[in-house]
Amino acid sequence: MAVRDLSPAGPAVRDEPVPPAAVADRHGWKWLLCAPALTILVFAASGPLLIVLVYSFLTPAGFGGVVWEFSTEAWFRVFLARDIFEPELLGPNRAHLAIFWRSVSLAFQTALICAVLGFPTAWFIATRPQRSRAVWLFLITIPFWTNLLIRTFAIQEVIRNQGLINTILLKAGAIEAPIQMLYTDFAILVGMAYVFLPLMVLPLYAAMDKLDIRLLEAGYDLYASRWRVLRHIVLPLVKPGFIAGSILVFIPAIGAYVTPRVLGGGRNMMLGNLIELQFGQGRNWPLGAALAMTLLIIVVATLVVYMRYVGRQEEGRRDG
Amino acid sequence: MARTGFSITRLPGFGAIAIATFLMLYIPILTLVVFSFNAQASMSQWGGFSLQWYEAAYNNRQVRDVSIRSLWLAVVASGIATAVATLAALGTTRTSRFPGQTMIYALINQPLMVPEIVTGVALLIFFAAIKVQTGYTGMGYLVAAHTAFCIPFAYLPIKARLETMDLTLERAAADLYATSFQAFRHITLPLLMPGILAGFMLGFVISLDTVVITEFVKSAGQDTLPTYMLGQLRRQVTPEMNAIATLFLLLSLCAVTVFFLLSRKRA
Amino acid sequence: MPDASAPPAGNDATAHSVSSPEGEIEIGRLSKVFGAGATAFRALDGVSLAIRRGEFFTLLGPSGCGKTTLLRLIAGFEQPSSGTLRIGGQEVAGLGPNRRPVNTVFQNYALFPHMSVADNIGFGLRMLGRRRAEVQSATAEMLRLVRMEELADRRPGEISGGQQQRVALARALAPRPRVLLLDEPLSALDLKLRKEMQSELKRLQAETGITFVFVTHDQEEALTMSDRIAVMNAGRILQTGSPEEIYNHPADRFVADFIGDTNFLEVELLEVAAAGARIRLPGGAALPANLPAGPAPAAGSCVTVVIRPEHARLADADGALAGTVERSVFFGTDTHVHLRLDDGSSFTLRRQNSAAAGPAPDPGSRVGIALAEGALQLLRN
Repeated sequence: MAVRDLSPAGPAVRDEPVPPAAVADRHGWKWLLCAPALTILVFAASGPLLIVLVYSFLTPAGFGGVVWEFSTEAWFRVFLARDIFEPELLGPNRAHLAIFWRSVSLAFQTALICAVLGFPTAWFIATRPQRSRAVWLFLITIPFWTNLLIRTFAIQEVIRNQGLINTILLKAGAIEAPIQMLYTDFAILVGMAYVFLPLMVLPLYAAMDKLDIRLLEAGYDLYASRWRVLRHIVLPLVKPGFIAGSILVFIPAIGAYVTPRVLGGGRNMMLGNLIELQFGQGRNWPLGAALAMTLLIIVVATLVVYMRYVGRQEEGRRDG
Repeated sequence: MARTGFSITRLPGFGAIAIATFLMLYIPILTLVVFSFNAQASMSQWGGFSLQWYEAAYNNRQVRDVSIRSLWLAVVASGIATAVATLAALGTTRTSRFPGQTMIYALINQPLMVPEIVTGVALLIFFAAIKVQTGYTGMGYLVAAHTAFCIPFAYLPIKARLETMDLTLERAAADLYATSFQAFRHITLPLLMPGILAGFMLGFVISLDTVVITEFVKSAGQDTLPTYMLGQLRRQVTPEMNAIATLFLLLSLCAVTVFFLLSRKRA
Repeated sequence: MPDASAPPAGNDATAHSVSSPEGEIEIGRLSKVFGAGATAFRALDGVSLAIRRGEFFTLLGPSGCGKTTLLRLIAGFEQPSSGTLRIGGQEVAGLGPNRRPVNTVFQNYALFPHMSVADNIGFGLRMLGRRRAEVQSATAEMLRLVRMEELADRRPGEISGGQQQRVALARALAPRPRVLLLDEPLSALDLKLRKEMQSELKRLQAETGITFVFVTHDQEEALTMSDRIAVMNAGRILQTGSPEEIYNHPADRFVADFIGDTNFLEVELLEVAAAGARIRLPGGAALPANLPAGPAPAAGSCVTVVIRPEHARLADADGALAGTVERSVFFGTDTHVHLRLDDGSSFTLRRQNSAAAGPAPDPGSRVGIALAEGALQLLRN
């Protein structure tokens, strides 16, 4: 899980005058202070991304690694497949397309489930008295900060054939044989909704916290029903929270690796697992690199669209 | 007419869904904790209370090794990340805008946005090349990878703290004859300390949590607790795993609680 | 601590003898421009000023007039764009705030939240590298001075706004600066506490003998507390003088308008002499008027005079001015009578309410207005 915080607005910088002691060198000192962090980040985060880009245009070596020979083959193979008998013939890579589709669709469904459960939960928290609100908020946040692998493991234990749910259902006589839930897309969906739910609740709560209760009072005063207050007042006003939450859930979900690996078994792969495969058994590093780049492009594109939306919102607020 | 008045904020069914959601969040975790005390080797049949799985975990040499490695890595990586993030926060907060600032923000926040699997792959390729060139296969790679990943998390609370800090306090110190260094030492640093500690705690938790990046970066014999668990999950697991997970949950919980208390502390 | 051996000038008695006789602070053609190019903002525009040793000097003006900028330039938080600034005879341009013998009481007090009241007060002396015993005794003395001995160990967050104000004062006074700068320090207090602190400030100034430079937008505060006032607007000083001078003899339309209620009348200037001028009122009466400082306008020109409402009284028919009562507003101790003069301009006068004064005139009644001697003040053009 890579996305934990995305401040919708750009970093706020107060245009305070520079303290006189620091005027000596206008900006050099700021770069100097940032230098150690930037060095580490370039060495162990950003720089290697460029190498991935380079590798995606190289030729795979037979046993992993690459041969330094330019090739666009890896990029072709992201979505296309060559005919086994006539290599010139390109057709759609059905296996890859299925995995792409599963990733996008599962990520989307995860966001949807999180929204359906998260909205009432956030509303519940936002309408608690000030004192207990912090406690509820803390309760939502705890799972979010506890180990993702452990939470996935916990879900696995609950939905296993011999797990809690099946045991209870069997004992109650509701079913005769355990329902196979583990190693299905359903399991991945439940697992991702479970681990990413706080990412939906927190921005929704933030939006509701800003909501002026008097607006609801005004709505009721003007004869709106509860449903219409929700539909015409609450939802439009917390929409930015919805969008932020959906993005926050969608991005880690589409790049998920641990959850589909543990809950999906070997067969129900998502993009992350497909990428990993190229560096493991597949031994096709350039293809893995090209797939990783494709995932990165999807994530960045989502973020860019979101930033545009936030930008428009803020412009609207300024104009209004 | 019902005696309970009209509540402005009530929406029908929302409370029930919310409670159900909270239960859904906690039942799996609680189940995991409860069955770590199970006397049987089952994770659905309760066979009485026992600490045998904790004992088993404690006596498992490999578990001890990976736990110590995880803790060591979290402390070192988060420590370095907090130190450099503090400097970076001082360089980028409460100053006039300067050229390149956007790029610095992008670099610092990059680990938050790039999927972990992509970073993992990138580091695998890059470090593999270095390993071939230098022959070095030590913990340095894991430390570097974890540190980079922790920097944005450590940076956030420190920056937030700095931004809410009253700029006039340092002016007041300067007015009262403090040099720039003295003002930093006596005013800025003590006031920033809760933010720095919160940043460290956050980085610590994040490093403990990181599994994908570790999986791709580690050399042979460098398993951390999460990668060890990930490996074990493929096999038939025993409640020993629950015991280990419970202990780790407890550790994360402590760190997060400390973080919350620190970040709620007002200037 | 490098500063220990060389404290900023003025922290010991010998330094005072160095100062030039003209003033504690001498400001020459000081300007401050924020930003550059089209967006540049001239916060301070060629201000010259001399503040005397030991006086309570107030910078008065509306928000954005440059008074706070001027204070910050003196403190050293900002550096001037041009001009000279001398404190105790020493040019301080380029010196940081930690090297100037002035201390500031901040608008929001800026007390260090992580230190006790006593540690806050002793901070400046510690930074100057004074001995522990000296810091302690000075702190104790300051606590006594502001009557805060009981609360020495509290944190700033645990005391009231008024108490924080006292601590801020004590902290700024503890190093015995040449000049104490006060940036609207009373604006956060409620009315009753503000009145209390006003007299407290005067007492502290009298006891310490330190020069106070006080910034406010509250004209009443300025008039009651100051030895001298500089009225500022748009980055310039319009007039400097004692409260009486500023109030009774405003030299400028802005000054007259900003301080107190004022009547403006357009009159003809008949003659100009060294002692004063003669003008002709709209009604035809010719009266003496005070001249403003600076070059006098030419005789025969049309000029503006100022008449304070309390310098006019209702007369029968033979007043210098005549008009119709529009309405009277009761203010407790006095009543404001709003009149329309015969030439159409409006005029307000103030009547003391007493048993002898009789009832206020009815709206619509015709009255004459008599003016007190010296009531007419000519403005600069």
